[in-house]
Amino acid sequence: MKVTQGQFSFLPDLTDDEIKMQIEYALNQGYAVAIEYTDDPHPRNVFWSMWGNPMFDLRDPAGAMMELEACRAEHGGKYIKILAFDSKKGWESVRLSFMVNRPAFEPGFELVRQEGPGRQLRYTLRSHSTSRAPVSEPSL
Amino acid sequence: MDTLPPGDKITDMKERYRSGVLKYRQMGYWEPEYEPKDTDVLAVFRISPQDGVDPEEAAAAVAGESSTATWTVVWTDRLTACEYYRAKAYKVEAVPGQEGQWFAYIAYDLDLFEEGSIANLTASIIGNVFGFKPLKALRLEDMRIPPHYLKTFQGPATGIVVERERLNCFGRPLLGATMKPKLGLSGRNYGRVVYEALKGGLDFTKDDENINSQPFMHWRDRYLYCMEGVNKAMAETGEVKGTYLNVTAGTMEEMYERAEFAKALGSVIIMIDLVIGYTAIQSMAKWARKNDMILHLHRAGHGTYTRQKNHGISFRVIAKWMRMAGVDHIHAGTVVGKLEGDPAVIAGIYDTCREIYVKKDLTHGVFFDQPWASLKRMMPVASGGIHAGQMHQLLTYLGEDVILQFGGGTIGHPDGIQAGAQANRVALETIVKARNEGRDIWNEGPQILSEAAKWCRPLRAALDTWKDVTFNYASTDSVDFVPTPTPA
Repeated sequence: MKVTQGQFSFLPDLTDDEIKMQIEYALNQGYAVAIEYTDDPHPRNVFWSMWGNPMFDLRDPAGAMMELEACRAEHGGKYIKILAFDSKKGWESVRLSFMVNRPAFEPGFELVRQEGPGRQLRYTLRSHSTSRAPVSEPSL
Repeated sequence: MDTLPPGDKITDMKERYRSGVLKYRQMGYWEPEYEPKDTDVLAVFRISPQDGVDPEEAAAAVAGESSTATWTVVWTDRLTACEYYRAKAYKVEAVPGQEGQWFAYIAYDLDLFEEGSIANLTASIIGNVFGFKPLKALRLEDMRIPPHYLKTFQGPATGIVVERERLNCFGRPLLGATMKPKLGLSGRNYGRVVYEALKGGLDFTKDDENINSQPFMHWRDRYLYCMEGVNKAMAETGEVKGTYLNVTAGTMEEMYERAEFAKALGSVIIMIDLVIGYTAIQSMAKWARKNDMILHLHRAGHGTYTRQKNHGISFRVIAKWMRMAGVDHIHAGTVVGKLEGDPAVIAGIYDTCREIYVKKDLTHGVFFDQPWASLKRMMPVASGGIHAGQMHQLLTYLGEDVILQFGGGTIGHPDGIQAGAQANRVALETIVKARNEGRDIWNEGPQILSEAAKWCRPLRAALDTWKDVTFNYASTDSVDFVPTPTPA
């Protein structure tokens, strides 16, 4: 399966030049760019690991691209996304978010249906990536 | 027609309260010298007086009938601080290019209204006055609600920012589709359409306004099958998905029961229709805030009073009231689709939904500065006769904080519902990406979409199927002021 979170998951994977253009757009809007990664893309896993703080003082997209390269070198087998934070009054939240890396094989999710009273079902989504016992020390 | 000087108010109290009938402006409802206070509620009406009624008197009559007046002098006014409670018509202006129509500006003291009650506000502003005989027609064009009054309302239960955080979806319009046919599907068949559309790439699916609990599909059945579709699509995409479960019913008790069941099933969103009434809407908004639920409003019925320019209420006023009442989504026009929507009017309505401060802009039909006092932003919904080939126009006109709903444009796709959803999602992402890259999407849009259609067959089929579909009819609701060209 393909996890289709983010702004551009229905498009062919963005090239580095294309990623750079999106970062440039974010910087032009006055947003702070950040990189986050995880091996658990559960739709309600909000807090992916931060690859450092958002780059508040970054002016040149090349700096973010270097960080992305470093993150990929260490976490190339994981999901990596780029986010942009807007500190303007009334927003103060994420304004852009798109995937820039994903594992070669995406294990996906199991939909667990727990039968309840009547015909009601309680649904649980379980990430296959986290339902296995760790094979090594989990890296943060 | 007689012309009284501006200061024609009768100031001799004995004379003023002699039993009998006076002109409204003699009674003190026309105050051209009045300076509106920061705390006043302001309204601008389009008035069409009957022949022989001058505009100042008509404006005073509207002020009178929407506040303290009755048709004759009553001595009991003198038991009150009546000067204070009288609404004051303070300005009339001819409507540009419209014989016999005027804009009447009226100020209402804050104390005329109960806090946190749209019902009370509207009982005055659009109460008796709309049937008043000396006017041929009357339309409420815009209002300025002071922050002092706004702060007595909850505002949107969730708001755009928190909705996006919950959905984990940023930087692009959300995509939805209304299930079709709107009537007749069984719960199981209906859930199938929900699943296919969400799996294919939509964020939301939607009940239509008149899907409640009919013999062909009772509400519990619909909710159960819909949530199976939602959860299955979430598991297969890793995205948060939702379906607007319409809880509209005959009584509040039934609506609460349906909303509670939607919550128990894990739905992120419920929906109501405008026809349930302002008080019911406010109640559901309170419930939604308390239960972490996004509240979608379908504006069923508004066209009966918003569409004609000479009589009724402008939709921008309805949008304003609904943001105060506390809904999170509101259908607000598409510009390019099958339903009414002049671009300038729609821009004014979208600003009213989304901005934290809306500046006066007569070319958008916005008559007053409107600070929103931190009431949350409300997400506009564009729905009705739109398709993937218009994506560049939709993003240009409507921006990225909007829900684009392609009902027929998803379900009517020649290769199936998933293909239809995929075509819309690919078109959307393609255009957003191109815009961010600095491309001129307004002019290059069709070419950008064609390029994407080379690798996305469903998009190619969508573009081919609907390429010639447009709805080019003149709008009945347009703005009265055109931008003045300024010398370069």
